[in-house]
Amino acid sequence: MFRIRFHGRGGQGIKTASQILGSAFFRSGFEVQDAPRYGAERRGAPIFAYVRADRSPIHERGVILRPDLVVVADESLVPIPAAGVLQGVTSNTLLLVNSPQTPELWQQRLKLGAPVLCLPVESEGEDRAGLPHIGATCAGAAARLVGVVARESLVQAVEDELAKLGADELEFNLDHALAAFDAFSRHAGRVQEGAAIEAGGYARPEWIDLEPDAALFAAPDVEGAATSEGAKTGLWRTLRPVIDYERCNRCSWICSTLCPDGAIRVEADHTPRVDYDHCKGCMVCVAVCPPHAIAAVSEAGARAEESPA
Amino acid sequence: MTRQLLTGNGAAAWGARLARADYVPAFPITPQTEIIETLAEWIDRGEMAGRLTTLESEHSMITAAAAAAATGVRVFTATSSQGLLYGLEMIYTVAGWRVPFLLVNVSRGLATPITLEPDHTDVLAARDSGFLQVHCATCQEIVDTVLIAYRLAEDPRIRLPAIVNQDGFYLSFTREAVELPAPEAAQRFLPAFDPEAIRFRASRPLSQACAVLGASSYSYFRYETHLASLKALDVYDEIAEAFEQEFGRRWPPVEAYRCDDAEIVFFMIGAFATKAREAVDRLRDAGVAVGLVRPRLVRPWPAGELRRTLLRKRAVVVVDQNLSMGSGGVLHAELAATLYGQPGAPVLLSFVGALGGRDIPPEEFFEMARLAREAAEKGEAPAPRLLYTAQELREMRKLQAVAHAERKELP
Ligand code: SF4
Ligand code: SF4
Repeated sequence: MFRIRFHGRGGQGIKTASQILGSAFFRSGFEVQDAPRYGAERRGAPIFAYVRADRSPIHERGVILRPDLVVVADESLVPIPAAGVLQGVTSNTLLLVNSPQTPELWQQRLKLGAPVLCLPVESEGEDRAGLPHIGATCAGAAARLVGVVARESLVQAVEDELAKLGADELEFNLDHALAAFDAFSRHAGRVQEGAAIEAGGYARPEWIDLEPDAALFAAPDVEGAATSEGAKTGLWRTLRPVIDYERCNRCSWICSTLCPDGAIRVEADHTPRVDYDHCKGCMVCVAVCPPHAIAAVSEAGARAEESPA
Repeated sequence: MTRQLLTGNGAAAWGARLARADYVPAFPITPQTEIIETLAEWIDRGEMAGRLTTLESEHSMITAAAAAAATGVRVFTATSSQGLLYGLEMIYTVAGWRVPFLLVNVSRGLATPITLEPDHTDVLAARDSGFLQVHCATCQEIVDTVLIAYRLAEDPRIRLPAIVNQDGFYLSFTREAVELPAPEAAQRFLPAFDPEAIRFRASRPLSQACAVLGASSYSYFRYETHLASLKALDVYDEIAEAFEQEFGRRWPPVEAYRCDDAEIVFFMIGAFATKAREAVDRLRDAGVAVGLVRPRLVRPWPAGELRRTLLRKRAVVVVDQNLSMGSGGVLHAELAATLYGQPGAPVLLSFVGALGGRDIPPEEFFEMARLAREAAEKGEAPAPRLLYTAQELREMRKLQAVAHAERKELP
């Protein structure tokens, strides 16, 4: 059975990637299970999706704990433990990272013995994380790496999933899926189908008997501001809101009130300031500002400008 | 017949469409929303006849569903978790009206703490209401079961509303290959609803669901609802037979997998039962005689079928994806009541797990099977276990340390 996990951020088309790959497998005669997994947060939040494909009916269910291929659409997720990118990755897992770094550098960094491939950089300074076609690109690359999906099946799969978006969108995504499919021809079939866990000689679960903790401790409470302060949700951003203070008319409440994260503070002179440590990049403020004083700029571009490495 | 990839929510919506539901009262809740969105789109585009109305709460939604059913139309609705609980007063109320309609529940763990992922504590809160309750484990099963459940609910011998349950995320958002019944075949299997006398006529006043102020008449009506539910066991078999003839797929009240020569049997409902089935295959590879019993019908409770399947097994591993606070797993207690005092009753082991979608990895099934063999040898069941690992507690402690960072005295 093939077990494949896609990681990215809400808004990057990760669910679509899993569905394109799922359909491509299905059209190649495989039994398929594909599913996204997300929490209450949407745009910018870490999400993942997964695909199982096998020649016989699939009874495994739930998230994939031991993936054969992990595709990472946004490299900034790799070091975030909660994103779970590296969960269950072994030397038998192939990692495909959308990154301008080299595979060698990733291998050194991760020290997992897992082979790494990188999606080719397309153009300098582009907001890689925010690329609208990154889901299709990831699916196209994955379809080639598994080695059992024909180009024609990928074309049909992209049509199955994206025809509803209209001809232009479809063509745009199809081009990128096929470009990735072709770019990885050298690596076709690199993904090894993992075996099922065997019942003879399995690792015994470390079950424990939970004790009743004091109620004060066992209630699901979060104390004080330190925790939300400490969670740097600014890392989620693929787009950054930038206020043009020439245009801002100091209305003093619209953006700051409607920001779902309370990430805009208004100073005594009515000047709004975005707290970039915590702004998630949802673009609500961009949409609501009456004089259109807030622009959405590429986060990667803005970061590159801040620290030209 | 062509197969296509469909989510559990998509399959549920197709079930309603193939059943030609006339009326869909709706209220959104994750992870159910996609069902009503899909139906709304179809109705809007004229691909499905019928009418969809959004209500202001699940309480009103259930009331509207039953009230519409009481006028003799076919009604479909759906909810999940807290939504089901919010409608619970009416769930219990309308079952006694003896009007049939169908509610798809997309299981999701209950608050507190709030979560999105599934367990069955939500739907089991409706267990004693009088609604028939059928649990699905695959997307194919969902569309098929919607048709079966309508026919069961509408049978004049039964006339009870029905809940078809699917698990959030692991069915609702998971695509699998589904063979959709052809509309003509669905129509043959499930003809238009014949409401007989419950047809509403403005010119012919009728008081339905009257109050009674006497214990005997009260008891009569409560017993009758109970007996109708039990009657559904026989009627279900007829309907499953007819379904198989029409579509070639068999949906028994209790699915028994590799049970004939099994000494140890896993006992589970819902989507994660497929994980137990996978574990059965792996254990069989390793030479262990195990099987899986998965009741689809939870109400009525197929006691006879369960006795036939489980008596004279050595041990049964009950994995409850629910928790009755202060007691334990609901299915464990129900199964104990079914098998207690019967000749050849197996040892029953109780595991509670997969709450809020917590995974049950294969190793845990293997370990449960090992403990079951041990218990069978001893003739004594170990204490019920809440599935939780040292690693999970370590992670929990880390979260608690952060959550309580500003509290002075940490324990
Ligand atoms: S509203 Fe603006 S400032 Fe607030 S999180 Fe969204 S993008 Fe950031
Ligand atoms: S909403 Fe626009 S005008 Fe008002 S404070 Fe914010 S940036 Fe300035």
